[in-house]
Amino acid sequence: MKKKRVKTHFWSGNEACVEAAMAAGCRFFAGYPISPSNEIPEGLSERLPQVDGIFLQMEDELASIGAVMGASWAGWKAMTATSGPGFSLMQETIGWGFMTETPCVIVDVQRVGPGTGQATRGAQGDVMQARWGTHGDYAAIALSPNSAQEMFELTIRAFNLAEKYRTPVILLADETIGHVREQVSTPPLENIEIVNRKKPKAGDKVFFGLEQVAPMPTVGDGFNVAVTGSTHDEYGVRFTQDATVHRRMIEKLNAKINNHADEIVEVEDYNVDNCKVGIVSFGCTSRAIYEAVELAEAEGIDVGFVRLKTIWPFPEKPVRRLAESAKKIFVAEMNLGQVKREVERVACQSEIIPLTKIGGGELITPEELYAKIVEGGK
Amino acid sequence: MRDLRLPFCPGCGLFSLSNTFLRAVYELGHENFDKFCFTSGIGCSSWIPSPYFKADSIHTLHGRSIPPATSIKLIHPDLNVVVFGGDGDIVGIGLSHFIHAARRNTDILVIMGNNMVYGMTGGQVAPTTPLNTRTSTTPYGSFEHPLDATKLAVAAGAAYSARWTTAHLNELKESIKKALQTQGFRFIEVVTHCPTAYGRRAGFKNIGEMLKYFKENAVTVQQAEKMSPETLERKIVVGEFVSRRRTTLVEAVYAKLKEAKVTGKQDGD
Repeated sequence: MKKKRVKTHFWSGNEACVEAAMAAGCRFFAGYPISPSNEIPEGLSERLPQVDGIFLQMEDELASIGAVMGASWAGWKAMTATSGPGFSLMQETIGWGFMTETPCVIVDVQRVGPGTGQATRGAQGDVMQARWGTHGDYAAIALSPNSAQEMFELTIRAFNLAEKYRTPVILLADETIGHVREQVSTPPLENIEIVNRKKPKAGDKVFFGLEQVAPMPTVGDGFNVAVTGSTHDEYGVRFTQDATVHRRMIEKLNAKINNHADEIVEVEDYNVDNCKVGIVSFGCTSRAIYEAVELAEAEGIDVGFVRLKTIWPFPEKPVRRLAESAKKIFVAEMNLGQVKREVERVACQSEIIPLTKIGGGELITPEELYAKIVEGGK
Repeated sequence: MRDLRLPFCPGCGLFSLSNTFLRAVYELGHENFDKFCFTSGIGCSSWIPSPYFKADSIHTLHGRSIPPATSIKLIHPDLNVVVFGGDGDIVGIGLSHFIHAARRNTDILVIMGNNMVYGMTGGQVAPTTPLNTRTSTTPYGSFEHPLDATKLAVAAGAAYSARWTTAHLNELKESIKKALQTQGFRFIEVVTHCPTAYGRRAGFKNIGEMLKYFKENAVTVQQAEKMSPETLERKIVVGEFVSRRRTTLVEAVYAKLKEAKVTGKQDGD
């Protein structure tokens, strides 16, 4: 008998995302072509039909995310992949998904914006859009991979969180991570933890608005579920005038995510309790941290870092912990300071020094980060 | 039906449309909606199924009812997936989904209540408003040509496309029954009277006048073929515009799934 073992692959981040979606049990994809995400639909158009899954290329991003929501209510794990302009078009429906508690995964392989920007060049400018992109009071979950390996792991985690909390989850990748081709190790499928949504029992009638996450029926199963993006009560019945019903529902839906931030938040950290200088970064930019830390330590600088694998809910506790020892915190990102604002919000006692770079997909190098630390440390 | 009061204004044509749909379903032998799933967008017509029908209903965003209907039908080919929407929803903001669903021959029935105006928001001009009609945003009369959705469905590839009015409820009922038994993309436009947001500004004194107008100005598809475009401008062409058999999206997708099993590689590495 062949022994099950860890397999090694040479995948791009986008390819790793495809295989992770398959492993997570995704059976439906709908999308619209956009650089630099295209390897994800191309891969899934081949892989999904092999397992009786369905791939659809829709007329636009509005249709794509709409079909994904429908597939989720039809009982299948579903996803889409896009980039900035498409992500903008999907925002209204992402809000609908939050309101109706529809699990699904949206991969945003970030590129330079705003507008059409630079279609094939990487950026990290959609951080705030992933949190505040749709209107109204809502909570978002967004994950940020920094390697092809993590694209695999966090795609699976995105599906698991979506199913567990019954909400859209955003995988906030970027062009660099989508296209970097490197070693990816995958465990045997049976060793991967897969979460599936809670299903209702016969006679259940409450399908919405519970902080502990209500069971989710599938259309056609006889539950006569009324799903609406308008304010509704726990039974799904629309209440568009009543303040109490709206408050109750929105507070519960936000609490469903915010009160479980400790479980949702994942970071990689290093020397956070004993450092004088801290670094916060995420995604492709965070690949510069390790070498910059080596360079700084060689010069006798006490440096620690927090790398955000979860970006929303914002990892407040890990960043606060870093701020307790680090008097200066450097925030490196490929935008004009979106995560910096969050770090300032939660770590106000430290001096927050941004290191930003935008355009052309140019990465922040370890040397630049190191130089900033030396300069800022004076 | 759920035990809820319907939301429509007194005298609304959507009471007639709801009633006629229920009658058609009942006459086809359905005692409940177990074999149905409804999707709808935003607008008065979208409220017909949601949450009033005791059924699975997905009440989506404005204009976005067709994409989820598409995926639901593909995943559950055994369900009758029916979309309810108004003219603004289906052929205003959601027009591209409508055209593409007809092109794909997506196996869904779309019923569009066309009140020729944005009723829910207060009677603003719509893509379906007849030329020179006074609405809340065309105080001097509308100046754009209206869209012929039923004809558009034919051009885009629908398997079935028909138009009736709320003055043709028997014909409408038979049309719904036929559409429910047809495969592929089916579209029924129901020109409906909206006394509150349309009729009073457009110059109709009461509902009776509107229904009379519908009756007197309705010409059948066959009659219309012999009429000039000028004489047709103010007419409402009713009847079946097309009823045909084309490969449907469900048939095409499931045929490809079989092929993928034979030709596709099974391991991802």
